[in-house]
Amino acid sequence: MTAEILRFALGYAQIALILALGLACWRMLRGPRAQDRVLALDTMYMNAMLLFLVIGMGNGNVFFFEGALVIAVLGFVTTVCAAKFLMRGEVVE
Amino acid sequence: MRHLELLPPWAALIVALFVVIGATLTVLGGIGLLRLKSFYQRLHAPTLGYSYGTLLIILASMLMFTLLEGRLVLHELMVGIFIMATTPITLLMLGRAALRRDRDTKLGHDETVPPRPDAQESPPEMPRDLTGYGEGVVDTGLLSHGDPEPERRRGD
Repeated sequence: MTAEILRFALGYAQIALILALGLACWRMLRGPRAQDRVLALDTMYMNAMLLFLVIGMGNGNVFFFEGALVIAVLGFVTTVCAAKFLMRGEVVE
Repeated sequence: MRHLELLPPWAALIVALFVVIGATLTVLGGIGLLRLKSFYQRLHAPTLGYSYGTLLIILASMLMFTLLEGRLVLHELMVGIFIMATTPITLLMLGRAALRRDRDTKLGHDETVPPRPDAQESPPEMPRDLTGYGEGVVDTGLLSHGDPEPERRRGD
């Protein structure tokens, strides 16, 4: 019984995180200015990381965690570079 | 998914509750990112997912794998500490970049971009005279009236 509840909860979480990913993607496509797009891209990275964690919990597989870690690191580097480019017009000065 | 039956019932309920609340808060952050009016309001919306969503899902994952493998599994804490350390840095840099860009385009906190003033046909009015002696020290204000970098904001 509780396994059914947990399976339902994991399925709901996957659908909800995909929905959040879609909302952030819509903001990234629509965003009126460049900083909106960068913020939406950062949110998409975070949602994908949480989705990887939830999928790993559903499969009982620990290796999805490493994918989530790589996504977190890449999202940080991407957003910092994009923000620096928006602020200065160049990344490496 | 045979491993889900191996969890004790109380742990399954706690994991389900944490995952559902975390995913729901992340979706609320996404809706806020879509619905809020200005960029400075939208900057606050996804932090719901960054803080509570990540915390709850990581706690659920730690509890689940600790009970499944029969040993203490703490490597999800790495993601949590990393997110907790990097999110303020990224959002602070993004907010500062947005402030600088808004100051360059003389844009307030609203959405509409005003038409760019052309330097030839409408010269800026004289800056305010602070001394009262005509020439001398003038207040150029926080916003420069000239257009120092016209090329940079074209592809916005």
